[in-house]
Amino acid sequence: MVTALNQGAVEQVSSLRDEFVKAYRFMLMGRLLDEKFASLYRMGKIYGGVFLGRGQEALSVATAFYLKRGDVFAPLIRDCAGRLAFGEPMLDAVRSYLGSPLGPMRSRDGNVHRGRPREGLYPMISHLGAMISVVNGALFAHRFKGIEGTVGATSIGDGGTSTGSFHEALNQAAVEKLPLVLVIANNQYAYSTPNSRQFACKCLLDKAAGYGVDGQSLDGTDLDATLRALKQAVDAARSGKGPQMLVASLLRLCGHGEHDDASYVDSKLKGSTLGRDCLKVAEEALLREDWADARALEDWRNEAAHKIEQTVAQVRREAGPDPYKEDWCALASRHLSEVHEQGPGE
Amino acid sequence: MSITYIDAIREAQARALADDPRVFIYGQDVGSFGGAFKATKTLAERFPGRVIDSPLSEDAMMGLAVGAAVEGLRPIIEVQFADFSTVAFNQIVNQAATLHWRTRVPCPITVRLPSGGTAGAGPFHSQSMEAIYAHYPGLIVMTPATVEDAYSMLLEAVAIDDPVIFCEHKYLYNHLKAERLPTEAMPTGKARIARPGRDMTIVAHSAMVQDALAAADELAGEGIEIEVVDLRSVKPLDTDTVMASVARTGRLLAVGESWPWGGVTAEVVSRVACEGFGLLDAPPQRLNAKDTPVPAHPDLWAAHRPTTRSIAAASRKLLRS
Repeated sequence: MVTALNQGAVEQVSSLRDEFVKAYRFMLMGRLLDEKFASLYRMGKIYGGVFLGRGQEALSVATAFYLKRGDVFAPLIRDCAGRLAFGEPMLDAVRSYLGSPLGPMRSRDGNVHRGRPREGLYPMISHLGAMISVVNGALFAHRFKGIEGTVGATSIGDGGTSTGSFHEALNQAAVEKLPLVLVIANNQYAYSTPNSRQFACKCLLDKAAGYGVDGQSLDGTDLDATLRALKQAVDAARSGKGPQMLVASLLRLCGHGEHDDASYVDSKLKGSTLGRDCLKVAEEALLREDWADARALEDWRNEAAHKIEQTVAQVRREAGPDPYKEDWCALASRHLSEVHEQGPGE
Repeated sequence: MSITYIDAIREAQARALADDPRVFIYGQDVGSFGGAFKATKTLAERFPGRVIDSPLSEDAMMGLAVGAAVEGLRPIIEVQFADFSTVAFNQIVNQAATLHWRTRVPCPITVRLPSGGTAGAGPFHSQSMEAIYAHYPGLIVMTPATVEDAYSMLLEAVAIDDPVIFCEHKYLYNHLKAERLPTEAMPTGKARIARPGRDMTIVAHSAMVQDALAAADELAGEGIEIEVVDLRSVKPLDTDTVMASVARTGRLLAVGESWPWGGVTAEVVSRVACEGFGLLDAPPQRLNAKDTPVPAHPDLWAAHRPTTRSIAAASRKLLRS
């Protein structure tokens, strides 16, 4: 909860309020955008799957919230809100989901596999854990080039912590003392697999200790808690204290993807504090602290919904990709590309 | 003065480091130790902070290279043995190989794979991985068979804006010598006529070029003139040079050190059969290793892979058909 308010200084209150409101509005935008994608999915307008961040928006936004220009962010599938907070244009998200060739992936890749690596937003591949060492590489390169004070943040779920890539990369970050912020959303299920079948340590944070990495656990349903934890972790990484690992507990309030009804989720978990909706928790805090009234919440929601509708309407007017205009060349060195005969012509 | 194949690899890296401040080398034991095969000997001292020991983590090594490449560097990754690149396979084929196609951001990484068999090395230190990587779009696969190519192709690999799988053959490391480093180089993607001949064509790459040349020497004593084509890179694969050779000789034997299912020899035969069937006077033939893991004992190993003797025997048989 927003306990800092009670500590006093007006200046601090004002900035805390601004931060909280700003973060909340990214959460709200992410939630509504996700809901739009889910709706378009049900209409059959989406190519591929839709993966929502419902219940994880507070953590996702906080992960990106303290990153600056020059930092690197490698989001994962439930980071629609965090992407917006990092500065991803909403158009990128909508164009990727709707397959527009004007999107950053030019219809070649879709949905959550979007990014702008030159601007620090790395596009994920599907193999979990694989982005962590890539972020390490970016941070290594910054140091190599004499660029100081940058941070790289990346997210992963409880399931992803079981991969070899995760362990190799966490160890690598520790050995190289890289300013990596590794955020684990323990949303209790990897697709349908519960924590009990995923790991046997008491807490995922134990994995940080094993590699000599600083870590902290937090309540992922509480925007204030996630902002505090991420601010501390990003500051620590930025000031040269090496990699930081965060383990946030929460519950995925949706299926793995929109194709999944999540019938396997334990109803006890849904009723527990883990099952709180972080958006509602943040709204309650806003009202309680008198940082917003019901009217403001309504206005923000309408504003976000309007922007989403406008963006979707724009993208739905865009033509799809033309296979005859594709160059079908995977290489940057075009002169080394092979042209293969596809068999006799028609 | 004579320069070995491994010297050439070391000198190419030294030159790349000297010429381009974006280049660094990352791999196990590559630092002050100088690498398992001494391919980076003295480089850590000569280029401080740019020849860096990695933990024993091939996946993370390759992931780090991708991130560094995105940020504008030109990593050279030494995988201690080509066999271990399977641990990095995901980062190579899914991350590095797709990056430019997906994002337009080039991924200039050189992955050095000490490849191929040596006596006693066994199943996990002997593999030739070039066909597997060549299968994936987005990768260049080089297989130098000479000291000169080891040098010039490695320099070119570092300069290319795509991930390059550089398959350097361990047997050639100290067995091949040249008088001096080359000052000129053929471009990547061009095969080389390693030996001209009129009676049949052997297409080979990497160490098999040397075995093919030895077989050709042997058959020359019998009045048979074999043309040996050194592919140099298996991706891109210079079909034109292969086809032109087959047009001259009418017979094709494709020789590869790796396993028989698919692979470079199958690709060569397939291309010639599809595009140059009319050039052939006899069915094209392939000679590969046996379809088992690579055996450790030298006697078994020598029977597992093509040798000068088995290449000569296959050539005689093809010439009789």
